Amino acid sequence: MSFLPKPKVAHPGLPLNALGLNRRDYEGVMSTLCAGCGHDSVTAAIVQACFELELPPHNVVKFSGIGCSSKTTAYFVAGAHGFNAVHGRMPSIASGAHAANRHLHSIGVSGDGDSLSIGLGQLAHVIRRNPRMLYLIENNGVYGLTKGQFSASADVGTRSRRGDVNEQRPLDPVLLALALGAPFVARGFSGDREQLVPLLKAGLSSGGFALIDVLSPCVTFNDHEGSTKSYAYVREHREAPVALDYIAPRRAIEASYAAGEVLPVTLHDGSRVLLRKLEPDYDPTDRTRAAAFVQERALANEYVTGLIYMEPERRDFHTRHNTADAALNALPFARLCPGAGKLAEILREFR
Amino acid sequence: MQPTDPRDPDYYHRVVDCQWACPAHTDVPEYIRLIALGRYGDAYLVNRATNVFPGILGRVCDRPCEPACRRGRVEASPVAICRLKRVAADLREDITARLPRAAERRNGKRVACVGAGPASLTVANDLLPLGYEVVIFEQHAWPGGLMRSNIPAFRLPAAVLDEEIGYITGMGADLRLGTPVRSLAALLDSGGFAAVFIGSGAPRGKELALPGRDASERIHIGIAWLESVAFGHVTAIGERVLIIGVGNTAMDCCRTALRLGARSVQVMARKPRGFFKASAWELEDAEEEHVAIVVNHAPKAFVVHDGRLQGMTFERLEYELDGERITAQRVIEEVFVPCDDVILAIGQENAFPWIERDLGIEFDAHELPRLDPVTFESTRRGVFFGGDAACGPRNIIEAVAQGHAAALSIDLHCRGEPLNARPPHAVTLQSRKIGLHEWSYRNAWDGRERRLVPHISLRERFRRLDVEVELGFDAARAAEEVRRCLNCDIQTVFEAPRCIECDACLDICPTDCLTITADGAPPAVQARLRAPRLHPAQPLFVSAPLRQTGRIMVKDEDLCVHCGLCAERCPTGAWDMRKSWVHIPQAGDEARCQGPAQRRRA
Repeated sequence: MSFLPKPKVAHPGLPLNALGLNRRDYEGVMSTLCAGCGHDSVTAAIVQACFELELPPHNVVKFSGIGCSSKTTAYFVAGAHGFNAVHGRMPSIASGAHAANRHLHSIGVSGDGDSLSIGLGQLAHVIRRNPRMLYLIENNGVYGLTKGQFSASADVGTRSRRGDVNEQRPLDPVLLALALGAPFVARGFSGDREQLVPLLKAGLSSGGFALIDVLSPCVTFNDHEGSTKSYAYVREHREAPVALDYIAPRRAIEASYAAGEVLPVTLHDGSRVLLRKLEPDYDPTDRTRAAAFVQERALANEYVTGLIYMEPERRDFHTRHNTADAALNALPFARLCPGAGKLAEILREFR
Repeated sequence: MQPTDPRDPDYYHRVVDCQWACPAHTDVPEYIRLIALGRYGDAYLVNRATNVFPGILGRVCDRPCEPACRRGRVEASPVAICRLKRVAADLREDITARLPRAAERRNGKRVACVGAGPASLTVANDLLPLGYEVVIFEQHAWPGGLMRSNIPAFRLPAAVLDEEIGYITGMGADLRLGTPVRSLAALLDSGGFAAVFIGSGAPRGKELALPGRDASERIHIGIAWLESVAFGHVTAIGERVLIIGVGNTAMDCCRTALRLGARSVQVMARKPRGFFKASAWELEDAEEEHVAIVVNHAPKAFVVHDGRLQGMTFERLEYELDGERITAQRVIEEVFVPCDDVILAIGQENAFPWIERDLGIEFDAHELPRLDPVTFESTRRGVFFGGDAACGPRNIIEAVAQGHAAALSIDLHCRGEPLNARPPHAVTLQSRKIGLHEWSYRNAWDGRERRLVPHISLRERFRRLDVEVELGFDAARAAEEVRRCLNCDIQTVFEAPRCIECDACLDICPTDCLTITADGAPPAVQARLRAPRLHPAQPLFVSAPLRQTGRIMVKDEDLCVHCGLCAERCPTGAWDMRKSWVHIPQAGDEARCQGPAQRRRA
């Protein structure tokens, strides 16, 4: 960590987005994570994505639980709303907030401990609920805040910094999300921003629950030889079957592609993603095959990254429950709380 | 791209814009930090090691450092480098015991210096400690050259000149005042001088040959007039004064005229604003005193009736501009401007009537001696030039820099060594890390704006000719201004083999000057920089290929604020903040580092 705040001075050539904000305006307070932490790179990618999506900061809401990863919501979009929840309970808070105001852009940041150990049940159910939110798991395979014990995502055979070998089977959040029916599943790497930023943008625009598992090395406790989540290991052991390009709404597609090579998908907010197949047989809309591919590659010690699965049409939480379009805080009190008489009327229907 | 070789002594030197721009390469950030610590005497000596006259230059330097200052690129105005130099001089404790001293034993060699201006004084300053006997011939009764005769006392008090010149003459220079050299041949023939240094300045003011020029005595040449004022020969001037020309001499003339009783002073400029030769700050100071600057007036004739100057006629011009270039001009009308005196300040020329043309010293068409640009030796062995005498009218700090270079040449010449046996320029680096997140310099960004130097009130300043207008920073104001310095000499040093490409430095850099990208041809790599390259003249650091991906780290040095956060956020110590010491050889250094084995390139 550093003690100095990041200087307010900026490059005079920094571009502005349509809101007149530059990238620096989407930053938060100074990170107190270890120098070189992958999470800080993920934070920088979120800053970049929010800037490029031209999100008004007051329309963003950030959620997190407990852990190194969960500290990072303080480090981006200082002007956003935020809620730092109890350990593992962030999905409930996020669901409630989304139920109350469907127009906010929700970003949940969690870690492998917060989501795969203490909060696994919460994660499973938020996937089922399918609120519109971007859910990031900053996955480093260790409990950094408690000095580097193996987490639930540590691979078999991984060696800790002091030499212990992990023998428990890992939980893969990507396979979990595929199994539970998440409509948008991807995996990124904190060391590859060119891949991560379009994924974040697509996830934020997807219209439903978007889970991105981000391999984010713990530079202090899990960046050594024998780790399967170090910068060097991930760089050497990852492959992407699909490349995703994000195209903002009303923006023309500039590059030209051969027919059949590219699958364009229109997202909920009118933006589009172009899915370029790098693996000819891979189909990112086939859930079963996607899961099989991820498992196959895992056996070969390879991480599948990039967009893994995407379901274009899926009823989200609000459509399913036929809720009011307006945020609850925008409804007149008389409509929000129709009174004891209306309640009695409703109860009568059930007698 | 070819990786940058940081062992090139110029690479890190160029990053320190102020030091690179300074002809004498004064270590500006170092002395600014010393001022911040209240170590004014140390700050003074850091200055004096290269620029010899900190008190004088802290008032009247042409300050090439300030337009170069990185702070001026990051925000509006540069650090007040020049006035901080004055702070070091004003607030210093007694440092006389720490000044260089003449060698106890003379080496038996005598060197003659012609003119007692800044160039000659620098030569004496460098050679006296080495045991040389230095004889300085000066035509006037005071040493200092143009610093005394042409810079008015309200900008540069005599006491400051006396003190700093005294440090040199006090070492035992043989200063012969009132002794003009009338013949170089005679000087050379007199024998006994192992070398001659000519630092006699550019003493002749340019003429303006227009009708009526010779019909009145109220038409003066600027530098000659200033000299007459400085030595007390002129004490008055008419009520209405016209100054022709808008250089720094013109600024001194107009402000001096006000102090001699002029009521209305107009500076007549041929061109529009933006084309003036005067430094912006000198223009500002003149306008503060209500001098009128009249643009687009080209002088046509002096109007003299019955031997009395009535005024001047001018052609009023209109210009067509294309950006900063004049593409066309035309005369609109002719105007008459009445006046009592005219002062011509349109430039200076070199004049060497005392140098015989059969001595083997060649001159070019502009009457400038032909010199070796490094050694400052003329076409005659053992005769050296420096200052305005060498290059025409420039400024004090260049004269000092050339004095140092010539002194080194003279030492080599007298020791019988080739003049190109100069030690190389060198840079040494020293880490400034003193803790996990601590550096031995203040790296926090301070957004405050440039502090203004207080001036004495308009009511007070005209009472006498020598009331100093600028009051200088007091310690409190100086303490604020020093915080604006970005410490550009604390270099970001990168070691590619240590980098794990975690991007921490890229994310923390406030000005986006870092990029990790695939290697390629320079234009392609530059197109991929995270922030546009605004000043291509600024150096670009390119690392060797990084270990994990073979990509390269590229740093655009242009807008780096040297906050050190890249080094602070680096988990592997690939970045470090290191102070660069630039070594520019001076006389005596070549004796201390003999033989190629000991010549260390940093």
